[in-house]
Amino acid sequence: MTMIQIRDVNKRYDDGFHALKNINLEFRQGEMTVLIGPSGCGKSTTMRLVNRLVSPTSGTVEIGGRDIRSIDPVELRRSIGYVIQSVGLFPHMTIGRNVAVVPRLKRWDADKTARRVDELLDMVGLKPDLYRDRYPSELSGGQQQRVGVVRALAADPDIILMDEPFSALDPLSREQLQEDVARLQQELHKTIVFVTHDMDEALKIADRIVLMKDGEVVQSDTPDRMLRRPANDFVRTFIGQKRLEAGGAADVAEREAGPDLGGFVMADGPTVNDVMVTQPAVTYPGRGLAEAITTMERRKVDSLYVVDRQRKLLGSVSIYNVMDSYGDEDKTVADVMMPVRYSVQSGTPLTQAVELLASHRLHNVAVIDEDSRFIGLITRGSVVRHLAEKLPHGDNGEEPGSSTGLGPQGGNREEHS
Amino acid sequence: MTFADFADYFWRNRGLMGEYFLQHVQMVAAGVGLALLAGVPLGILCMRGRWTARLVLAVTGILQVVPSLAMLVLLMLWMGLGNATVMAGLFLYSLNPIVRNTYVGLQQVSGSLIDAARGVGMSRWQQLWRVRVPLALPYMMTGLRVAAVIAIGVATIAPLVGGDGLGREVYAGINGQNSLRIYSGALPAALLAIVADIGLGALQRRLDPAAARSRRPRAGGGASGKDGADAAVPPVPKAQG
Ligand SMILES: Nc1ncnc2c1ncn2[C@@H]1O[C@H](COP(=O)(O)OP(=O)(O)OP(=O)(O)O)[C@@H](O)[C@H]1O
Ligand SMILES: [Mg+2]
Repeated sequence: MTMIQIRDVNKRYDDGFHALKNINLEFRQGEMTVLIGPSGCGKSTTMRLVNRLVSPTSGTVEIGGRDIRSIDPVELRRSIGYVIQSVGLFPHMTIGRNVAVVPRLKRWDADKTARRVDELLDMVGLKPDLYRDRYPSELSGGQQQRVGVVRALAADPDIILMDEPFSALDPLSREQLQEDVARLQQELHKTIVFVTHDMDEALKIADRIVLMKDGEVVQSDTPDRMLRRPANDFVRTFIGQKRLEAGGAADVAEREAGPDLGGFVMADGPTVNDVMVTQPAVTYPGRGLAEAITTMERRKVDSLYVVDRQRKLLGSVSIYNVMDSYGDEDKTVADVMMPVRYSVQSGTPLTQAVELLASHRLHNVAVIDEDSRFIGLITRGSVVRHLAEKLPHGDNGEEPGSSTGLGPQGGNREEHS
Repeated sequence: MTFADFADYFWRNRGLMGEYFLQHVQMVAAGVGLALLAGVPLGILCMRGRWTARLVLAVTGILQVVPSLAMLVLLMLWMGLGNATVMAGLFLYSLNPIVRNTYVGLQQVSGSLIDAARGVGMSRWQQLWRVRVPLALPYMMTGLRVAAVIAIGVATIAPLVGGDGLGREVYAGINGQNSLRIYSGALPAALLAIVADIGLGALQRRLDPAAARSRRPRAGGGASGKDGADAAVPPVPKAQG
């Protein structure tokens, strides 16, 4: 169902600059649409049409079939979450006040507002007791950005506009927040419009990608179709040749993993939790096959576990499953995945997992928690690294502080079968 | 004349001096206070548009370039002798710094914050009171401070139009060619101006949102290592709280 419809919109700014040229777009209910394109192409302008921060010179914008010119702009904006590109926290208000700004405008009662603020701060990893009463100037850029994101979510709007919300975050918190936002959208059916410069981010979270250039829409498609059928050379360059060479992905498992995949291993306690790779590469059942290959390529693995939005383990796909059906564009990961035959519960002694690996000649085994959520992966590599740390290394002895397990090999290689 | 003579004179007449001092403070407070009451709304009015701003600022600007004596004399012709005339003069004099600084303060709020304020759904009125005005406070304080210091000075010529205050003592000294009395009036007035400047300056810094800091002591011990590092902001001195 179409939630937001932009029809024949042109925008000329006061200085005569023609920022949007005949834009026609629809943002569907419950979908995440990502606007992407070079700087100055009109992404922010397009987004700001939706909450009437920009009024079109010609054309119309409708929300739920209603022309937004007939809606009071103040009411409209209170019902739409907006993460501003420049973060825009109010410097004279505490973090708590900043997050509570829309609930207060909507006159929620104080208790409800306070609970909501704490819940949201928790969600983005800012301890409420520590941060609620601080001022924005006392937070790092990344922390401020997270506050900017939750401010938009505070009053639980159905539509959320996010203008480069994660640009100042480190890769790990970024990944975390991307997943939070994806989950939010999936579970609560939010309609999200998201602006980014980062194609990886777009491919990861988008249901639909809108690629813009010089105030025009160049291509608007699902990530999978965009990868398979780039409309022209501009799209091709923007996506990046690497991602398009899906056929070359089969050998990626042989390459060295980058150091940013964030697996880590604790030194003490011989359970699977201590040894497992904690951020294994996953994909979702609805994803297209080209996307699956892109994910494999990005994570440098040759197979992926398939999870639902609650991270319940559904199956796994290998590069061979994907390649076999790659020609069929309508197939998704769900169509080609295989059931997972072996997994271990969180807390299982490592020795059992190793036995399982050995007796069934597995490359890896999934670790799930009591709700059968996928929480980690035991790979042969992770076991070897663990043992290497435990055992004395010749005469060098063990380096103090090397217990994080991030060895020179990157420590994160995922050898899925 | 030695300092001992001055101190002796001042001490013997401390009652009268206290009275003059109080009158001085009252006149200044009334004039500047009224200017604050009128000037802040005028500053806000300037936000309506460029032409409104030009008009208002031109009028208050002209008021301030009229020499103080001329202003008081003109007001006297209209309002007669007395403290009311002095207060009216101080009021008109103080308008310009207050209106101008209020306007500058409201204007300097960054576009992205106003964008955020609009984006979260604040009405124009809410944008003004919840965002612009709080962020303009230090500017308004600057205006108030400038106005107060000027007014304290101008108020010393009050006796020429029948007003009270420390000027009485100064003019008595001039007429009687008694430098002790001139000092007894002028020194407290100068001191008052310095104190007002420093005091209002301190207040202004406290209102500055750029310096906004949570006043609560940091939970040092309980914080985990990472949060501890995040909180590596120097502790706020107790005296400020
Ligand atoms: N208020 C304005 N007045 C005049 N021109 C503007 C205004 N706002 C934006 N523009 C111009 O319109 C074009 C599109 O701006 P917009 O902010 O939508 O770009 P963007 O795609 O979001 O870029 P970025 O990725 O850098 O944020 C730019 O060339 C910009 O200079
Ligand atoms: Mg932008």
